[in-house]
Amino acid sequence: MSKIHVTTTINGEPAEFLTEPQMSLLDILRDEMHLTGSKEGCGSGDCGACSVIMDGRVVCSCLVLGVEAEGKDITTIEGIATGEDLHPVQRKFLEHAALQCGFCTPGLIVATKALLDRNPDPTETEARYWLAGNLCRCTGYDKIIRAVMDAAAEMRGA
Amino acid sequence: MTYLNKADLKVVGTRPIRPDGVDKVTGRAVFGADQALPGMLVGKLLRSPHAHAKIVSIDTSKALALKGVKAVVTSADFPDIASEEAFVGEGPMNFRDLSRNVMARGKVLYHGHAVAAVAATTSEIADAALALIDVKYDVLPFVIDVEEAMKPGAPVLHNDLFTQGATPQPTEPSNVAKRVQFALGDVDAAFKTADVIVEGRYTTEPVHQAYIEPHACVVSVGADGQAIIYSSSQGHFMVRAYCAKLLGMELSDIRAMPSEIGGGFGGKTLVYLEPVAMALSKHSGRPVKMVMTREDVFRATGPTSGGVIEVKLGARKDGTIVAAEAILKFQAGAFPGSPVQPGCMTCFAMYDLKDVRIIGYDVVSNRPKVAAYRAPGAPISTFGTESAMDELARKLGMDPIELRLKNAAKDGTKAAYGPTLQNIGYIPTLEAAKAHPHYSAPLGPNQGRGVASGFWFNIGGESSGSVHVNEDGSVSIVTGSPDIGGSRASMAMMCAEVLGIPVDKVRPVVGDTATIGFTHLTGGSRVTFATGMAVTQAAEKVRDELKVRAAKIWDIPPDAVDWKDGMAVPAGANAGGFEPLSLADIAIKAAKTGGPIISEVSVNAQGAGPGYATHICDIEVDPETGHTTVLRYTAIQDVGRAIHPSYVEGQIQGGAAQGIGWALNEEYIYNAKGELDNPGFLDYRVPVASDMPMIEAVMIEVPNPRHPFGAKGVGEVPIVPPLAAVANAVRSATGMRMADLPISPPKLRAAFDAR
Repeated sequence: MSKIHVTTTINGEPAEFLTEPQMSLLDILRDEMHLTGSKEGCGSGDCGACSVIMDGRVVCSCLVLGVEAEGKDITTIEGIATGEDLHPVQRKFLEHAALQCGFCTPGLIVATKALLDRNPDPTETEARYWLAGNLCRCTGYDKIIRAVMDAAAEMRGA
Repeated sequence: MTYLNKADLKVVGTRPIRPDGVDKVTGRAVFGADQALPGMLVGKLLRSPHAHAKIVSIDTSKALALKGVKAVVTSADFPDIASEEAFVGEGPMNFRDLSRNVMARGKVLYHGHAVAAVAATTSEIADAALALIDVKYDVLPFVIDVEEAMKPGAPVLHNDLFTQGATPQPTEPSNVAKRVQFALGDVDAAFKTADVIVEGRYTTEPVHQAYIEPHACVVSVGADGQAIIYSSSQGHFMVRAYCAKLLGMELSDIRAMPSEIGGGFGGKTLVYLEPVAMALSKHSGRPVKMVMTREDVFRATGPTSGGVIEVKLGARKDGTIVAAEAILKFQAGAFPGSPVQPGCMTCFAMYDLKDVRIIGYDVVSNRPKVAAYRAPGAPISTFGTESAMDELARKLGMDPIELRLKNAAKDGTKAAYGPTLQNIGYIPTLEAAKAHPHYSAPLGPNQGRGVASGFWFNIGGESSGSVHVNEDGSVSIVTGSPDIGGSRASMAMMCAEVLGIPVDKVRPVVGDTATIGFTHLTGGSRVTFATGMAVTQAAEKVRDELKVRAAKIWDIPPDAVDWKDGMAVPAGANAGGFEPLSLADIAIKAAKTGGPIISEVSVNAQGAGPGYATHICDIEVDPETGHTTVLRYTAIQDVGRAIHPSYVEGQIQGGAAQGIGWALNEEYIYNAKGELDNPGFLDYRVPVASDMPMIEAVMIEVPNPRHPFGAKGVGEVPIVPPLAAVANAVRSATGMRMADLPISPPKLRAAFDAR
């Protein structure tokens, strides 16, 4: 089986890779690009641990084929902070203790950033429904939602 | 020494950013599946397509001949070890059973049971190789349900299983592995003195721990037999112990490295992949990585037991409970070892009872072997007893909190399971619940409120911790406890408190099995208690040594030196007029005053104070769809002393959420062929963000004098009350006692229809 050459942008950097047709974007990110921050919790799009932003949309990278990354702009958890400066969502997750084991955290932070990019002033209910595809088994979501709402307020300058 | 006066504490009780936090919000943290080694192969398992079958033969020759396949193993590649009780995990375990769970020998006992494994250069080749393994089965009748499995004539899983604890000892094998009994007084006589009796039969379904990180490991065994294991587990010393036994190796030949762990909740207190990866690595001479799919996780790991709980309570008209009885039947899965014993021990431990009897049965059936799940056994049994308490309160016309207060365990209460309870904080949780605005808030139509309480022992045990003063005065801590929910933060805080330095001067890490003394696994809510004790004592030894070094610098006796706010100071006017020496001042001069300043302490901690919790739950039901929404939830718990309150709240909130999932959604659904029909997160529905309200965690602090800071374990008891709290709320909203969990929409809708 011959591999397919893909040219894409990952975290603002031009990137290219060779992929077999059946490989998922998550496999490419983790195994080929060595970006292991995106996690595989289910491989079926049910847990959200592999969430990345592709051309402005949050997607489960386990449900995207590597070949679909051609020409796209992809942001992973590794691209959320700017150098040493954490993104407000990352900072608020830390301040609110919105993580325990930390396995779902990359996906939740990516999904939250995508939410706030689109809707800077979500209600609690909107935040809960937006993040309903990101499972967390440790926290009961309380501190996550508080972190999201606080990050939104800070980013709005409220 | 102890630090029980809260007013004196500067670090403990504050909410600093956790030391491993930045790694976890940036994707830098390395979990089990993130590890890689050069030349690594992919390991995969072939699993049984039958619920119960004899393995007639396994032909691996075609798989081995496939290009790219480097090893194929079956049970023939593991020693056939003798029956031996194992005390390395959480809960009962037998090395022989574990070996046969990791790789089936002679028989497969559940759909998904591992029968063979391959290691290949790519994932695709490994899959192709699995398809080439030819297993011939002789299919046997199977049994899934616990009470079916107990019946005479049920298909027997193990021909050598004779019920322990039954009198007379049976001469025929059965699926009942064990009968246990705990009793005080004369319960049969006491029931005759009751004015009011309630009886009920309650059931729960098996539920999975459902950690988001599937099991994963990378293993490399050298030609000299030296092995290194990177894996996600709740205890790398546990991984080492099980692998050594299952492979017939010495402990010192295995170095087990802790990776970050993506949730466990008890489900990672045993091994599944590591011994298989060891065998594959040994045969191939290459490192092997194995990662479970989510389907594997559901089919072949965990879950916890489903159970049948029969409860009978007898009380006088004033609410005094005069007699209590429970009979528990727990599914163990394919091998003995359900948590029925702790289920028995916990279910009435909230109450001061003179006449009580609890009988439990541990029953095997053709399901995956159960694993520990947060307060193992207690949520199941307590669902029955706390639902029955609600019925008793209704029958007596009493407020449910008043009924509990009337009968509450207190210091000096003798528990049915043996000990006399001390330093417990159950009554304060009830009083806080009664006084909480939630308890008196108005309810609307189709809404209801439920209350329930719970107990968990908490444990101590063996732990090691070391404290190193670095040359610049910063401090490093090493412990042997995998950090599953933020324990590194509390270790750093306790150490900083003892040394009188800011917490950001202390960096904690989890050491591997070769770099820190033996430490029992992370389970039983033991880490902050036991490992915290080891770290505190190590920090105290370091503090004492720092005083000795300051005394040397000043040339005065060590007892003339005090330690205050991170500095050595003369103990009084007679000691001399020296300027204080900071920890850094002393550290820089360490080479001249005696060398490195370090301490490692190992403890076998005793006296973990039990945890008590009382939860209040408001729900609303939709009679049309049968859907139940949790509107408001308050969880009140005695935590001893909250070292890092945010992470204590997090444990309480997380436990409550898991309990809500158990009550409303989660269950294993088997089809007529004995196969699990919902092995994925779409159909096995854990609570998602939009299902949940905020969960108010109320921390009561009744310090445990056996811990230097008064800490009690906090992680497990919060999952105990929610099952009954939710069911009692549904009872209050609908008038219907939902005795069978989960209270899923179809079940509640059917109950409405039947009314």
